[in-house]
Amino acid sequence: MAAPVLRWGCPGTCRAIAWVYGVPRRRRGAWTGSTSSWIRGQSSLAQEPLHTSRKPRKGEHKWAAVVGLEIHAQISSNSKLFSGSQVCFAAPPNSLVSFFDASLPGTLPVLNRRCVEAAVMTGLALNCHINKKSLFDRKHYFYADLPAGYQITQQRLPIAVNGSLTYGICVGKRRSQVTTRTVRVKQIQLEQDSGKSLHDDLRSQTLVDLNRAEGQLRVDANVSVHHPGEPLGVRTEVKNLNSIRFLAKAIDYEIQRQIKELENGGEILNETRSFDYKLGCTVPMRDKEGKQDYRFMPEPNLPPLLLYDTTSLPAGADSQQVINVDQIRERLPELPSVTRERLIQQYGMLPEHSFTLLNEVGLLEFFQNVIKETRAEPKKVTSWVLNTFLGYLKLQNLAVRESPVTASALAELLDLLDSKAISSSAAKQVFEELWKNEGKTPAQIVSEKKLELMQDQEALEQLCRSVMQGHPEVVMDVKKGNPRAINRLIGLVRKATLGRADPAVIKAILEKQLSCH
Amino acid sequence: MLGWTLREVSAALKQGQITPIELCQKCLSLIKKTKFLNAYITVTEEVALKQAEESEKRYKNGQSLGDLDGIPVAVKDNFSTSGIETTCASNMLKGYVPPYNATVVQKLLDQGALLMGKTNLDEFAMGSGSTDGVFGPVKNPWSYSKQFREKRKQKPRGEKEDSNWLITGGSSGGSAAAVSAFTCFAALGSDTGGSTRNPAAHCGLVGVKPSYGLVSRHGLIPLVNSMDVPGILTRYVDDAAIVLGILAGHDPKDSTTVQDPVKPFVLPNLTDVSKLCIGIPKEYLVPELSSEVRSLWSKAADLFESEGAKVIDVSLPHTSYSIVCYHVLCTSEVASNMARFDGLEYGHRCDIDVSTEAMYAATRREGFNDVVRGRILSGNFFLLKENYENYFIKAQKVRRLIANDFVNVFNSGVDVLLTPTTLSEAVPYLEFIKEDNRTRSAQDDIFTQAVNMAGLPAVSIPVALSKHGLPIGLQFIGRAFCDQQLLTIAKWFEKQVQFPVIQLQELLNDCSSI
Repeated sequence: MAAPVLRWGCPGTCRAIAWVYGVPRRRRGAWTGSTSSWIRGQSSLAQEPLHTSRKPRKGEHKWAAVVGLEIHAQISSNSKLFSGSQVCFAAPPNSLVSFFDASLPGTLPVLNRRCVEAAVMTGLALNCHINKKSLFDRKHYFYADLPAGYQITQQRLPIAVNGSLTYGICVGKRRSQVTTRTVRVKQIQLEQDSGKSLHDDLRSQTLVDLNRAEGQLRVDANVSVHHPGEPLGVRTEVKNLNSIRFLAKAIDYEIQRQIKELENGGEILNETRSFDYKLGCTVPMRDKEGKQDYRFMPEPNLPPLLLYDTTSLPAGADSQQVINVDQIRERLPELPSVTRERLIQQYGMLPEHSFTLLNEVGLLEFFQNVIKETRAEPKKVTSWVLNTFLGYLKLQNLAVRESPVTASALAELLDLLDSKAISSSAAKQVFEELWKNEGKTPAQIVSEKKLELMQDQEALEQLCRSVMQGHPEVVMDVKKGNPRAINRLIGLVRKATLGRADPAVIKAILEKQLSCH
Repeated sequence: MLGWTLREVSAALKQGQITPIELCQKCLSLIKKTKFLNAYITVTEEVALKQAEESEKRYKNGQSLGDLDGIPVAVKDNFSTSGIETTCASNMLKGYVPPYNATVVQKLLDQGALLMGKTNLDEFAMGSGSTDGVFGPVKNPWSYSKQFREKRKQKPRGEKEDSNWLITGGSSGGSAAAVSAFTCFAALGSDTGGSTRNPAAHCGLVGVKPSYGLVSRHGLIPLVNSMDVPGILTRYVDDAAIVLGILAGHDPKDSTTVQDPVKPFVLPNLTDVSKLCIGIPKEYLVPELSSEVRSLWSKAADLFESEGAKVIDVSLPHTSYSIVCYHVLCTSEVASNMARFDGLEYGHRCDIDVSTEAMYAATRREGFNDVVRGRILSGNFFLLKENYENYFIKAQKVRRLIANDFVNVFNSGVDVLLTPTTLSEAVPYLEFIKEDNRTRSAQDDIFTQAVNMAGLPAVSIPVALSKHGLPIGLQFIGRAFCDQQLLTIAKWFEKQVQFPVIQLQELLNDCSSI
């Protein structure tokens, strides 16, 4: 996936940056799994008309920024792209290194079928054209964590091209409205991951881990600025951004830096930069000064990667030897945009709620399980899942699968609420008890804590009478015509019922008794 | 017995005429006697004797693994051998001990073959003389043959006896010398532009370059991945066929090997060649071709014709572009393949530690010889963004034209092509080194490397001795994956020409004087 981002800024002021297109926020969880091969997406450069949130002052030149992202995402597979070694997150350094991974002389790459299927599926999900024939190339550079001296990638003819991704961003004053945007995806390519270097500056040593499965999303951002209507500016590449927050910060900084540089009569060098997390700024990368020539050439040890569809499948082909794109298409799960639309249609959900449900791993499934088991209204369920349930998760920094409250338990709780067996506030209490995870059902908790609504009319009438007798001054207030005084009485009765009575019922009883007085 | 065919020795082992240990010891003793040939970089005496012991047990129990059980073989030192140093005759890999066996090595061992040692070569197989390795040049056993020495007696006296020894050709010269001097029955070479066929021709052996993709390259330290194939050097065509039958087939570790199952190679005894069509490529008749080779080539064609085969002149019009095209493609892949030798993980590392870059530079300066460094520099030049279109892409296009030349000829009904293997007989070392490696390679690969560009099978067969008493070979080129047909024809030809056995008795009886 990739997202070209257009921003604009005004010279001299840092605050004047407005998001025009947002980076789709995809939580890391979406790409978890263990492997070392990367799908690399490259966005095309966006050149869409500028929307500005503020009119530039007179005499100001408008600046437009163009951002292209190169996103390295890990494929969830059991073994590496070109070797049979396992992949495992957080394995001890160099413990999962095959002879090929170590680039021992004479070893050859063997393409992992699972990685190809994952790449095709990603391509289909991103509306790409799947190339029935794709090629592998070698990209050369010397680096300690690149033991072969080259990286196998797909530069000339990648596995998928020309895709798009529609995503939503929050707009409006309170960022409560969602609007959709589309980014173009230039290509998806299968690429071998390099190793990992750990620099020990103190001892001036570099330690290299060739496991090549670090389980993270990595983004390189290409940024340039220009005046609208004029040719694109010289771009810089900010490498190795591994969180969405830092990605946004790095891009913001880089745009401002470039504008300032140009405004001051300087020029932008085509260079690679890194983002200094502590200082919040980008700095040129020391070891990559000047333009690199990667001396690409075809990888001679891997034949062209051929894919088939049902019509082109050779007769009698061994299904273990060939990959059928149509079969993968059938296995494609419902895509997020379709799911979101369905949620909005089916449950009358607000668009922003549909985004939240999908952005948290496992939350949608949880929601659907609750819906299946409860009589409560979908809107009620949405509110409980997104506010109460998600709130508790965030507070303790837990994933959905780690939640102590199951979907069934929440469904049962919502049923009790729906049948007016308990009040909303009692429901919150029950939820809190459930979260303690003591193995009790909502009904047990309600009964133990005596949280059920008092339905006994006589008992309620008795309570109301004794409250009125105990607080004659409040009763006097009511009689003097203070309209708010009755609320005090209601409060006192509710307190006496430990919050288990419906306030409307109490009010009716009180009004009746007051009128008889 | 050391001159017997594989099947003969195999039968002798089965019948108990000789035991694997005895056979192994005979070969080991010959290796010691011929040490001065410099055929071996590493002699794996202990490994071989242990394997011989195990083989002997199998024979005693009547559980022989096949024709190769107990047969001494040698392996070029650019095939990875588990636990055995693999140097590529380079400082860069001195002391490097691979943790795994190349697939072809494993297949030989699985058949019970005895590994006698790792043979000498040009550094990283870059050369055509086996003269440019860090362990020194390989001497051609024919330099010490009765046949050659008798002819040399007429030469002016006073010339120092050993000063004019001959090169083996290369780059698999160590493997060729090892087989030629009877220290083993078969040896693995590698063939990227002729590196198996060229020394086979100079050493009077059969040298097979299989179809690209028929035999796994896994574990072969690459020169040019798209052209490298493991080669086979033997004294007889049948021997080569047995070894090829064992080596051929799909390897899951090499994606460029054929998927189709390969049947064992059994060569029929061809009696009738009248249905064959032999093509003689006219472009191979170059002015540099020695008159002796030319005449033998022509006699071979006449032989086929007289036996009823159709012999026709054919054209491979792009032949003349082959050498320069090969140069671009070869050096480009070399530049890439050599990038992994950076001193970090394995092999040589210099003492300089001011920076990683300085360490790389000095390591590679010290580790590679001039030939390797020269090819790396050329290759990187061709791969530069600004040159890629003009050199690499163009060379690839020319390669396609060269491959198509062969396709067209074979589509016109030709079964095999008959060509010289080399321009002339083996030359003396002192003569050979007057030209640089690049010039020599370009000259010596002229008849052999187009075959690698096209991925075709080819075999060099020893035909006759020159007037100096030195072997001359001719080459047959076959259709892709028609290796068996090619060898069948070669076997018929071998029978007709009755190439003489090298006579080394004098040397072996009196080797202490050399």
